[in-house]
Amino acid sequence: MPILEVKNLTVRYGNLTIVDNVSFSLEQGRWLMIIGPNGAGKSTIAKAITQGVDYTGQVLWEGMDIKQMKPTEIAKRIGVLTQSHLMGYSFTVEEVVRLGRYSYAPGIFSPRDDQDIEQVEAALEKTGLAKLRNQSILTLSGGELQRTFLAQIFAQDPLLLLLDEPTNHLDLLYQKQVLGLIRDWIRTTGRTVVSVVHDLSLAKAYGTDALLINKGKLVTVGAIEEVLTRENLHAVYDMDVNDWMCSLLGQWQG
Amino acid sequence: MARSQESFRLRDFLFFGIATVAVFALCVCVGSVSIPLKDTARAIWNSIWGLPVPEGISNPIILSVRLPRVICVALVGASLSICGGAMQGLLKNPLADGSTLGVSSGASLGAVIAIAFNITIPSFPFAGTMVMAIIFAFISLLLILSLAYRLDYSLSTNTIILIGVIYSMFVSATMSLVITFAYDKLRHITFWTMGSLQGSSYQNALVLLGALIIFGGVILSRARELNAFAIGEDNARHIGVNVKGVKLTILITVSALIGVCVSIGGVIAFVGLVTPHMVRMIVGPNHKRLLPASVFAGAIFLMLADLLARILFNPLELPIGVVTSFIGSFVFVIIFYRSRQVS
Repeated sequence: MPILEVKNLTVRYGNLTIVDNVSFSLEQGRWLMIIGPNGAGKSTIAKAITQGVDYTGQVLWEGMDIKQMKPTEIAKRIGVLTQSHLMGYSFTVEEVVRLGRYSYAPGIFSPRDDQDIEQVEAALEKTGLAKLRNQSILTLSGGELQRTFLAQIFAQDPLLLLLDEPTNHLDLLYQKQVLGLIRDWIRTTGRTVVSVVHDLSLAKAYGTDALLINKGKLVTVGAIEEVLTRENLHAVYDMDVNDWMCSLLGQWQG
Repeated sequence: MARSQESFRLRDFLFFGIATVAVFALCVCVGSVSIPLKDTARAIWNSIWGLPVPEGISNPIILSVRLPRVICVALVGASLSICGGAMQGLLKNPLADGSTLGVSSGASLGAVIAIAFNITIPSFPFAGTMVMAIIFAFISLLLILSLAYRLDYSLSTNTIILIGVIYSMFVSATMSLVITFAYDKLRHITFWTMGSLQGSSYQNALVLLGALIIFGGVILSRARELNAFAIGEDNARHIGVNVKGVKLTILITVSALIGVCVSIGGVIAFVGLVTPHMVRMIVGPNHKRLLPASVFAGAIFLMLADLLARILFNPLELPIGVVTSFIGSFVFVIIFYRSRQVS
């Protein structure tokens, strides 16, 4: 059974149809890249999966309707990393990472157990933030801040990670750092990732599967090589982006 | 590898507790007639245990005037402050406080109507204002929330702030209208809208204590969720917080607690806004520490403000809201200036 299944997903804002009857499914251990031009509805699909927007159709987790699940049950299965984190207050790195354990002990009287502490420590170690644990998040660089939220997700330990362009404001070096951590995580734990990206070379370098969307409608979905073809891309982007994509592919290696 | 402690420790409780008790003692002793601490303590001690009070101590001043008033002031300060802290976290907006939603202006409209049209409850001549304030607070909350739901089902932060502004404006217009028809009561009304805890009773204190324990307790129990909101509402949803449920819980409890405070002490500005800021500088933004510390700090802040209101132009007494607004605006400028320098 697929781990995630989206059936006839439609999202409307007023009269505007942002996502139009999109269906796809995803097996465990895959990295699905949702690609398409700006305004195609990529992020909206991601938002619908995490119940951040009203939709019609169904989002199923191993056959169960996510709409019927409690927020904590969803959080144990799906973690989300997004781009913009406008900070207000000077929480420490560790406080932010610790919140990742919320869904395991949401009650007032549920104490933190050893597993919570272990997970937080492991997440801080894995992301190289152990030294910065008591530092205020207001003083972090963009890369460090993004790693802090990635550490929060490692502490949350979800089965599927949803990335909504979390790295495109970072320098190439930091992008590779964050994406590399995620690739290691998939390989060691067999988790699943869904990414919203606009950078086609990034999609090709890290993805196993791709979903190409244009003006809210699904163009094609499948293994990445079958989706990222010259014909498909030309139809959507209305120009030859294939050579350009391949020429940039080298930057993700090494 | 020192792991930082998240919650409020015994040491913090002692620190804030002792400071609160010290300020409390000061405020009971000092006033238009200052009474030595020893005599004050003896008067209170003896009357608790039913012992006769020695001659020469002005027992009535302490027991029936000052003590209930200072207790009420402390409880109102604590309540306003914890509400402010919670709202600033929930809306991720350092300019929010318990009155952001507009319920406190609604409550004060109720009180003003009661004063203007002499609405009283038979055999409880002074309860009219209080009951009307609570009724209006409740109606306001219902109105605001149903309006917010109609406009924006997801109850987004902007909607809440905007509706609060609109509602407060509507209420202030209505209030001006009421005052036009009751010009003879203007002095009374003005004094009330600026806030005062003059003439508070032990019954008032009991109501405030009950409200603080119940509603304050609910707010404290949501400290972790408030942390998540203070980092970001989307992040809160992603880690599994029931965003809408928590939002509704906090909005309702804050409004209820503010409603009770306004019904007893009038609108006291700036306490809920400034004290959480000062506390955040000492204990950090984590609500597990911030909220309990705000309870103590709010009590201390308002007790001192009330003391100034009583003694500054003795025998003339100032509305407490005037003092808090003066202090608050200065403190706020300093906080703002300092935070600018840091960043």
